[in-house]
Amino acid sequence: MDRREFLKTTGGLLVSFAAPVEALAQVAGKPALVPTELDSWIAVLPNGSVQAFFGKMDMGQGLDVAVAQIVAEELDLGADKVEVVMGDTATSCNQVGASGSTGVSNGARLLRRAAAEARRVLGERAAEKVGTPVSVEDGIVTGPKGKTSYAELVGGRYFHHQVEWNKQVGNPMDIKVPAKSKAPSEYKVVGKPIPRRDVAWKVYGTDEFVTDVRRPGMLHARVIRPPRAACKVRSIDQASIKAVRGARVIREKDFVAVVAPKEWDAIRAARALKVEWEPLNAPFPPMSELYQHIRGAKVVKREDEVKKGDVAGAFGAAGVKVVQAEYEWPFQSHASMGPACAVAELKDGSCTVWTGSQKPHFVRDGVARLLGMPEDKVRAIWLAGPGSYGRNDAGDAAMDAAFLAKATGKPVRVQGTRMDGTAWDPKGPACVHRARAALDASGKVVAYEFISKGFSRQHIATNESQLADSLIGQSMGVAPKPHQIFGTPSESYGFENKLLGWETIAQFVDHCSPLRTSHFRDPVGPEIHFGSEQFIDEVARAAGEDAVAFRLRYLTNPRHQAVVKAVAEKSGWASLGEGKGIAFADRNGTAVAVVAQVEVDRASGRVWARRFWVAHDCGLIINPEILRTTIEGNVVQGLSRTLFEEVRFDRDSVTSVDWASYPILEMADAPESIDITLIDRPEIAPSGAGEPSIRCVPAAVANAFFDATGVRMRRAPLSPEYVKAALARS
Amino acid sequence: MAKYRFTVDGKSVSVDAQPDMPLLYALRDDLALNNPHFGCGLAQCGACTVQLDGQPVRSCAMPVSAVAGKKITTLAGLGTPEKPHPLQAAYVAEGVPQCGYCINGWIMTAAAALEKNPKASEAEMRDALAGLKCRCGTHAAILRAIKRAQTSMV
Repeated sequence: MDRREFLKTTGGLLVSFAAPVEALAQVAGKPALVPTELDSWIAVLPNGSVQAFFGKMDMGQGLDVAVAQIVAEELDLGADKVEVVMGDTATSCNQVGASGSTGVSNGARLLRRAAAEARRVLGERAAEKVGTPVSVEDGIVTGPKGKTSYAELVGGRYFHHQVEWNKQVGNPMDIKVPAKSKAPSEYKVVGKPIPRRDVAWKVYGTDEFVTDVRRPGMLHARVIRPPRAACKVRSIDQASIKAVRGARVIREKDFVAVVAPKEWDAIRAARALKVEWEPLNAPFPPMSELYQHIRGAKVVKREDEVKKGDVAGAFGAAGVKVVQAEYEWPFQSHASMGPACAVAELKDGSCTVWTGSQKPHFVRDGVARLLGMPEDKVRAIWLAGPGSYGRNDAGDAAMDAAFLAKATGKPVRVQGTRMDGTAWDPKGPACVHRARAALDASGKVVAYEFISKGFSRQHIATNESQLADSLIGQSMGVAPKPHQIFGTPSESYGFENKLLGWETIAQFVDHCSPLRTSHFRDPVGPEIHFGSEQFIDEVARAAGEDAVAFRLRYLTNPRHQAVVKAVAEKSGWASLGEGKGIAFADRNGTAVAVVAQVEVDRASGRVWARRFWVAHDCGLIINPEILRTTIEGNVVQGLSRTLFEEVRFDRDSVTSVDWASYPILEMADAPESIDITLIDRPEIAPSGAGEPSIRCVPAAVANAFFDATGVRMRRAPLSPEYVKAALARS
Repeated sequence: MAKYRFTVDGKSVSVDAQPDMPLLYALRDDLALNNPHFGCGLAQCGACTVQLDGQPVRSCAMPVSAVAGKKITTLAGLGTPEKPHPLQAAYVAEGVPQCGYCINGWIMTAAAALEKNPKASEAEMRDALAGLKCRCGTHAAILRAIKRAQTSMV
């Protein structure tokens, strides 16, 4: 999106709906919602409290509290005086929504500058009244000639103050201001364990999820996904839902939905509707041949991201001992707690969409394209949904709702079935990793190579702004444009000859595939490090060295070494026989090491990862308590993906359709303890915490499994079925 | 279609519905209550859990005809910010939920289990909570909150 498009967002938006709209919206002279206006970021309300307009959202990990702390800090306010307004395209610039754990590192970086600039401007304006120097405490400004306040200086009015925008949209969006942000040594609010703001309403059931939006005259809809990939509609028997009151079919090309005034009737109609499909014959290989298929498939794109020294030469040198292994990771589903839901309403030439998508600005853009409306006539409002974790099924629901609202002329609420959430969400990609290392006679690693081969992680983009990236677009004939991208291990092992690369292969079906991929929490992080961090253990073993000592010998980044040391110390690391395993990884500047301790029941194949220790360094810590619970969620979700999760399919369709066919971790398998060591580095700008720790969990568990059993699990998940088979083979 | 009368959070209600319509749609669609949530429609996750005469049930799989004359309690009826159930107070203190969509199952089920056995061990509570799902992985915090609630209940 360019600046012109930003400017378009200022015209005639709907402010009549009940939604988080900034309190100053009704005040005359509102500047355009553009990054160059300080008013786009910060507002001082008549009572002196502050609103910060955030173009990302908290998805239940307390990001909004961290943002409030950062803004409050720069403005010399208590955090309770700052409200973070987020997720609404009418009130925030496009900072891309939730994306890559950048909420603090990128999103709040901008708001920190905006708040500092607001503080500077307010200080200047205050000085005219109370002289200099001024000091501020909780919004009260004191100078030699008396006192004033933020409320008095600008409360309820606009700053009308320009800032310099770097012309970037999304994660890199930033501004430049004359004001200097505070030094970490001055922090009073940042670093404090301030509680989350969304807990109470969720616990008492007193506010709305996106599923709770109700509009007058609203219809309920269910989209009928094809029984197989890439199906075309041959015919629809309209009479098959005649008995369902008020129900009717909406069809456009191969997109089929039913609507009815009552939700239960929409569900009944969806079940009763007879659609004859033209199926594609057996588009998938037998599931048992998935990894064989990946190994043999033609490479569409290859990238060698890290190339150091003469790898081929070092492997070919005389007298080296070569260690090699391959690791396999399945397709996985976001499987959010509920299937996605969205509500759309068209009124007076404008469209409002309530969505659980973590990228509402792109919902706005996608809906505008779908409906042929200008973007400034579409408003997307994010409300808490049933989890997100990347691009799940929420983007599709938003597009579907908007289309159906236009087709019916009524507000429409779409919610999927469980099958839509599990079988039809975009998947995390299946992949195979080939690893080899060469050791010289002294046991030193002289060559190292790790190549991932699999489906691209973005058959569809991470957002829904293009029709090619949604099921509705594809079912109406828009050709998909898959992006070829994977990734490599993120570490600092100083092997002198080193190659880290990836290869992607074509998808089985090019459109409307239930096995299309997109980003799933820490895209390809758990997938890759399941292999790479097990392989490090295998190499260490071949070198006759302890897994911790080996990592410490080769890691070159001191912060990386520090987390490994910290977790080893905290877990009482003793190398063998206690069922313990370690894994380490970096993610965009956040360093994490995890030790897992497992118990393996050889008879049932059950692995219980009873205890975890985590050492975590994400630079400056904004809020230690929220950081801890965020890490806990990563560990447990990562454990679920490690032990249980595998999307199953047959030749025609995905057969993981519910919680029985796509089991996730339950309470019986939850760890007994998760011990977290936080390394605070105030001198280093904060990096992310929403995802980094999840990537260490799979290998930590698999390494612990090896320590407990002497058997390597090179295929995920470590489900009872696979564990029993592996133990039986050994 | 028939009329079914029951109570929800202490209030008498009546709903015109087909006998096989799940209670969930009576609560959400007819009575416009925001709790519980649709998670699977298959009684596999617990997001729709309410208490029926004090016992946790999955409202997505409970025909509305089966609750006629009975007493339904939802999360909002279990306690309020002013008069919280000990589990709700403990959940707030521990900051348990992340996305929060699963919460009905965990709180309504644990509340009923603690009602029966306030001193339940962690192992007993893990058993009592079998079958519930939480995709955000807040299990450790849930166990902490239950312990905290148990302490406050003695």
